[in-house]
This record gives sequence, structure tokens and C-alpha cells, in this order.
Amino acid sequence: MDARALAALAANPGCRRRALLDGAGVDKGALAQALGAPANFGQSQFAHQRGNSFEARVKADGGADLVRLLHERLRDGSEPPGPGAVATPDLTAPGPQGRTARTALALREATAAGRWALLDHPMVSLDVAGSPAFLEPDAVVVHPDGSWTVVEIKSFPMVDGSADPAKVGAAARQSAVYTLALERVASMIGEPEEGHPPGGGGDTAGPPSPVTLADRSPVRARVRPQVLLVCPKDFSNLPTAELVDVRKQRAVTRRQLDRLTRIEEIAATLPEGTTFDLRLTDDGRVPTRPVEELTAAVDAVDAAYAPECLSTCELAAHCRTRSRAAGRVEALGRGVRGELGGLTTVDAVLTAAMAAHADDAPTGDPAVDALRRAAALRAEALASRPEVACR
Amino acid sequence: MSLITTLARMEAVREGRAQPLTTVRHRHLSARPLAFVPLTTAGEAGAPLGALVGTDRDAPRLLIVAQPRDRDLRFAFLAELAEEIQPYLDSYADEVELEERKETDPETGKKVPVQVELCQDAPQLLVPSAAGVAFVRLLGRSMRFRRTAEQDPETPFPAPARVPLLGRWLTHYGERARVPGSCLLLSLTELLSRHWATGQSNLEDQHLGSLLAWIDPPEGVPGAEAALRAESERDANGQLRCPPAGPSTDPAFDNKLLAPAMSRYDAARAEASQGVAGGGARLRLAEAELRGLIESQLRPTWDALWRGVDLLRALPEGARVADRWKRDRWSYTGHRDRVRAGEPPQPKLDDAVTAAQKLAARETAQAQLEAHEALDDPLVMAGRRLAGEAFAGEVIDVEMAWSDAKVPRPRPLVTIRTEDRPHLAERVKLHRVTDDGRAQSGEFAGFADMDGADEADGADVAEGPGDAHGQGRALVVRLTGGMGRGKQPEPGTVPEKGDRVCWTLFEHAPRGGPELPDPESTPWTHGGPPDAAAPAQGPQPDPMTEEDYL
Repeated sequence: MDARALAALAANPGCRRRALLDGAGVDKGALAQALGAPANFGQSQFAHQRGNSFEARVKADGGADLVRLLHERLRDGSEPPGPGAVATPDLTAPGPQGRTARTALALREATAAGRWALLDHPMVSLDVAGSPAFLEPDAVVVHPDGSWTVVEIKSFPMVDGSADPAKVGAAARQSAVYTLALERVASMIGEPEEGHPPGGGGDTAGPPSPVTLADRSPVRARVRPQVLLVCPKDFSNLPTAELVDVRKQRAVTRRQLDRLTRIEEIAATLPEGTTFDLRLTDDGRVPTRPVEELTAAVDAVDAAYAPECLSTCELAAHCRTRSRAAGRVEALGRGVRGELGGLTTVDAVLTAAMAAHADDAPTGDPAVDALRRAAALRAEALASRPEVACR
Repeated sequence: MSLITTLARMEAVREGRAQPLTTVRHRHLSARPLAFVPLTTAGEAGAPLGALVGTDRDAPRLLIVAQPRDRDLRFAFLAELAEEIQPYLDSYADEVELEERKETDPETGKKVPVQVELCQDAPQLLVPSAAGVAFVRLLGRSMRFRRTAEQDPETPFPAPARVPLLGRWLTHYGERARVPGSCLLLSLTELLSRHWATGQSNLEDQHLGSLLAWIDPPEGVPGAEAALRAESERDANGQLRCPPAGPSTDPAFDNKLLAPAMSRYDAARAEASQGVAGGGARLRLAEAELRGLIESQLRPTWDALWRGVDLLRALPEGARVADRWKRDRWSYTGHRDRVRAGEPPQPKLDDAVTAAQKLAARETAQAQLEAHEALDDPLVMAGRRLAGEAFAGEVIDVEMAWSDAKVPRPRPLVTIRTEDRPHLAERVKLHRVTDDGRAQSGEFAGFADMDGADEADGADVAEGPGDAHGQGRALVVRLTGGMGRGKQPEPGTVPEKGDRVCWTLFEHAPRGGPELPDPESTPWTHGGPPDAAAPAQGPQPDPMTEEDYL
């Protein structure tokens, strides 16, 4: 599971289906394909190439450019990093656990060294619903004061200092997940200060004075709540960057992740022997499991479908079909529920609205009364128009 | 989404086709709009891949960029685009009418009437989706600061003539599209979803094909099924039967068809430049293949766009649409004048005063649009009535009364029976339009007993007597205007017993806020006056690098 998927999961914490499938590491794309409702996802190779080449360009010359960009954006009046001032520790190690351990070690050393360091594609882990997820930020910069900044490199443009808000929002949510994971590392390697929660002190800006830094051992690490978003400038291929405050996204994600039901609890409610195995043929291409059986297995776990899922979850098309078949009002949008009170299906709403003609007495249910009023007003207005224009 | 819209969506679910949200068309549709369906290269800002453009639905012009990373090919595309769009934009510039406008005389400081030109009609641009509108803005931004060889002989990569000019026009159109109710640049998805409620969510309505499938499904196919097909049906080759309306392409198309064709084109181009025998023919072949591919993605959207236009044209135009279109004509005329006066291109960022002016203008336009739509359309008004912002009912009593002033003015009390539940407080201002189209104002005077006796003490204004048992309540409105200047109201200005009237709590012609200072006197809190040292010919063009792709 990557940070994008995690952020999406955190955006819909009530979805047990997604929590279980993600937690169990099921390939939702293949599952959706086998269910006959494939997602319209996929990345264009042009976008992929551009993303990679831009990232390579930004990180060229040992990250000096990147750290210079970060220093410029900080505007804290400190000394700019000179040539060769940026350390780039080697992070290669076998397996995700190995890489995570290597990253933690490199972070500790870099923090203790009290100089700029760039960690290129480090690996951090985060506990999601009881199982670890490994995440790979684009880069993490360690400041001389021992604080860390997450760097997110995106290939959408920043035109005249502003970028597409939807894309910036997605990037911020993604980076917030990295920040959360890094805070765990920070709390492990930094001795927590008296009265300060470990790692959570990111909100108190300002570097600690050099005296305390020198005296303290082991070092006090903290994660800065601002991430550096690096994008191409205007229509060129030159990088520009802005600091994005992700405190809000971080708080939301933390809270949602805490709310996730533990996977064991969801699994315990499943019928014995439930599996999402597609029973692929020997060449690993064609699933042989009957669709009905698979559908039954998927339906054994509740989903909380909303149209927003369509852009973030591979299984959304399937959930949408089921949600529509059940006539659930959320299929029309999350906000719809709010004004409908206890009415949860389209049929119930329409029945409530139509009953008005037979019986005009108020029902005492404000949602039903408002619906009847709406239906009456709508019918009145439609009756007044000359001729139906909708063919 | 208001409750009445939600209900319409649910009716659409039940009926299997979209339901009307309006009884009239609330946007102007030109008799000869220019349709523009652009495609862009995935992940590359301002690198168009192709476009269909034109005013003739049967003969669009296909423009492509065979290799979007090549600056020369991109410039050629933009030049062709300008060749197609600019004459259309200019064709409305010379047919003008004269309008009288008050302007401040610089010498006397008095307001004097002057005759100014107003274009009789304005060009209208149609794009398939909201993303298309954003792309028009982006194109405008990428083009307007370019320099042609004529403007600046020193410029390293001169842009073709007309390209910067088109950039300024596209910027103007993109900026105008942010004004609520404006119609110079419209997207079909926004137009259609304003007028119809589908049985799917707002998010899914962004897909033009699926939106049309709900509004006009094929015979015997439910809307939901037709929409699903439009969204995800693929052919044997894995390609969408209804490609996305752009400007982004389907990744499967990029990876399976476009990328291989582009590599073939690159190879043929390399051969041709090295003078390999037959290279030229292969290059033409590769380019023709790309043209075919890109057209296959554009054409369905082009046809869908015009189908949407047909559906919208079938709706009668709202009565106040022409008023709003006149503002669009002013906007077009104003930009024409600025271009003719040789003003520099629009700046990258607005100064404080301009930004505040734009914001205020948009807020006013929003309020005006909402009022206009409600007055033009009983179905929209029904939504406002449900929200407690208006009420309609029958006049059951009229009592003449006069104000206490030295010269008494007529202040008749009109009792109206209504089932609506407006959010009224004592002396709330009310507005209505009389049968002959004039505005009348009034204020809420209190509730009346159903037998007609006035109970206007306002003691329990919040709840009020009456009930919801079918008969509704009786409200008393004191007329305060729209009755002429005399002591007796002019005939026909006071409603009579038995008339049906509709009062609104919102103004019909909302005005903007107070005037803003001149840019020269921008307060320091807002960055102070603009920099006098700024270059007179406008902002510097974007720096050009040797290679501009990633």
C-alpha cells in the first residue's frame, strides 16, 4: 500500500471492505477485473516518463539544488548551504524492513551530524489497522538543527506561483502520511523532552538553540509540519518549490487511521473460509473462480461507497453497482444523506415524497415533511410549463 | 445540492432518464458558436496534442502536434489554431451599435453622456467540459507573453504572428468564464447539468458522454446502463468506445496506440532528416497515422458537444438571458478596445484593486444570476420557496392605508394566503415583479388570521399562527413602492383580491459594493500603489530554455 492509497483509505475510514482488502494486501485491480467491473485507472507512459525525468532533474548534483530551494523557501535568515554541504547517505538495503531500518539509522546519524542531508527515496513504515505499510517518500531533508522536511516532487506545473488546488491537496494528503510515519521514527531515535510528546512537537516552530543541541545526546529529532512541494515552474522544466503546511491533513489522517477498525476484528466477522483468491491459471493470467462466488466473498464485508471512491479505489465500480442496486442514496453523493434524515434508499425517499397527495397531515418527521413540500412545489412548477422540452 | 434537486435526481433514478431542473434555458447560446475540443499530452503542461475546432459541426478542422515535445511543431499548432479562432473572434468586432453612457468629464468633473460603441453580438466559445475551460486559460497564459520576431527581433525563439494576440483573447475568455452567468466561454457539462438532473452524482456528471446518456438515452436503454457504457465500454483493442472529453486522454490510448505511433513518427523523422531513401514518404505516413489516431479520440467528443447544443436549443430562452448576454457583449467590446488601443497583455497577477474589483463584480453577478433564474423560471423559484427565500400565494384581502408623513404616501396592506414557509422577521424587505414587468417593494407586516382580520402585532412573528393542514397561512405585506408618485396608487400597481402573487426575500437587481480606490491610491495594507518602475510594455515573457521538455 502506498501513501496515496493510505490517504484515500483514511478519507473513507468507514469502509471495512477497503480496510480489509488493503490490509490483507489483495490486488483490488485484479479483483475488480475478475468481478467484471474494472477501474478506469492507469497511468499514461508520457506522464510517467515526465514525472521520472523531472524528479531526476531536481535531484541532480547530489541534491544541492533541492536543498538550496528549500533553504530559499524557509526565509529564516540562516546561512545558505555551501558547495558540498549536503550529505547524501546511501540507503540501499535488502527488503522493505531492511530499508526501513537503514533509513532510521541514516536519519539518526544525519540528525546527530548537525548538517544538511538529503535522503533520496528513504523507506518508512506505518501501522495501518494492525499491519505495517511501507512508504517511500520522494526525499527527506535533514536540517542542521536536527529537524526533517518531507519533499514531494510532482510534475504538474506551478504557473505564476499557483498550482491546481485539487492536485496540491492530493499531494498534501499524501505527504501528511509520510510526516506521520516519520514522526514515529523521530520518536524512536530522539529522547523525548520533558513534558513534550515524542515527535508530536512539530507544531512548535523555530530551531532549538545550538547550546541545547550540542549538549543533548542522543539528538532531538522532529518532523517539520511544512512539506516542500517541488513542481515545474510555469511552462518550463525548471523546478520551483513552495512550503505547504500539512498540519491539518496530518491531524485528519492520524485521527482516521486511529479510527480504522482493526483488521482482525473485521476478519473475525467473516464467514469461515472466506477468501479473495482468484484461482489464477498456471500462467497467472486468467482467474478461474466463478464470479458469483467471488461476489459473495466481497459482499461479505460491508463497503461505504460514495462517488468520491471512483477516483481513489479500484473496486469502486463494483461497489457503485451494488450500492445502486440496493438503491442507497449515497450513490448520488455523500451530502445527500444530510437532509434526508432516516430515509436511506431512493425508494423510501420517493415513497415518502409521493404520499403527500393522499394524506396532507404532517408526519412529525421534518425530513418527510420537507420532501413532500419539495415534491408538491416541483410538481406545481412543472405543470405550469408549456411543453416538455426533454424530448 | 438542495432538496428539490436531490428529489429530481431520485426521480431520474426511478425513470431511468434525466429530469428537468429548469423550464427554460438560462444561458445564451449563440447562433454560430465556435466549438473547441482540445487534447493535451499527459503530464505536460501547456503541450497540446491536438484539437478539433470550428463553427461548422460537419466540417471541423483537425489540428495535431505529432511530437508534443517539439517546440516548432507546437508553435505551428498554435499558429494554425490562431488562424482558425482569431478570424472568428474578429468577425464580431465591426458590427456595432451606439449606446449612451455617463462618463466623468476630466475637465469639469461632471457626469456627461457620451456615445460609445457596443458590439451587436459577441463570439461564443464552447468546450466540452470544465477541464476544457481551465485548458483555455492555460493556453492563454502560455501564449500571451510570447514575443513574435516582429515585436522583438532579438527574441531567441520567436512565436508565430497572431499567437500572442490569441493568447490575450483566450485569457480574456477564460477570465470572463469565472463570472457567474457569463456566456462567452461555456462548457457543455456545466450547461447540461444546470438544466437537467441525472440519476448519478455531480462527480459522475463531469463526464460528457455519461451525462448525455442520461439526458438522451438510446431507445429502450435505461440511463444508468447507457451512462455506464459511455463511461467504461471498451472495444476488443481495450480502447474506450466513448473517449474522455479531454483535455486529458485515456492512459490506455496513450500507452497502446499513441506512444508506438509517436515512436514510428520520430524514427521516420530521423530518417527523413538524414536523407534516407523513402524517409519522406514514411514520415508522411506516420503523420497521417497520428492524425487518424488523434481524430478518433476527438471526433466522438465533437459530436457529443453538438448533440448537447441541440438539446439545449430545444429549451426556450429565459426572459432575462438577453440582459446578461449584453454584459458579455460589453466585456467583448471592452477587450476589443483594449487590444486596439495597444495595451499590454494582461498581467500574470492582478494588482490589489483589480482583484478586489473582479471579486466584487463576480459576487454581484452571482446574486444577479440567482435572482434572474428564479424570476425567469417557476421551477427555480420553487427551490427558493422551499428554502424559505420566497413565497407565492393568492391575495385574499387588500386594505388601503397611508404613511404618517407630511405628504401621505400609499402603503396598502395586502393579505396573502400561502402554504410556503418563508423565513420572515418583522419589516423584512420583500420584492416582486408586477404583471407588466415593473419592480415593486414591500415589507412584511405580520401574520393574519385566516378569516382575514389583521393581527399584525408581530408578537409571535417567528412561529406565526396558521397551520400546515393544507390551508396554509396568511401573511400581510405592506407595499412600499412601485405605485407611482401620487397619493393614490397608479391603477394596476396594487394586487387585487384573487390575484396570484410571488414575493421574494432577495433583491432582483442587486448592486455591487462601494467603489474602490484608484490603483494609484492602493493602501499600504494591500501592497501600496503599483510599482512605477514596472516595464511599460507589460510583463516580461517567460524565460525560454534550450530544451523545454522534461
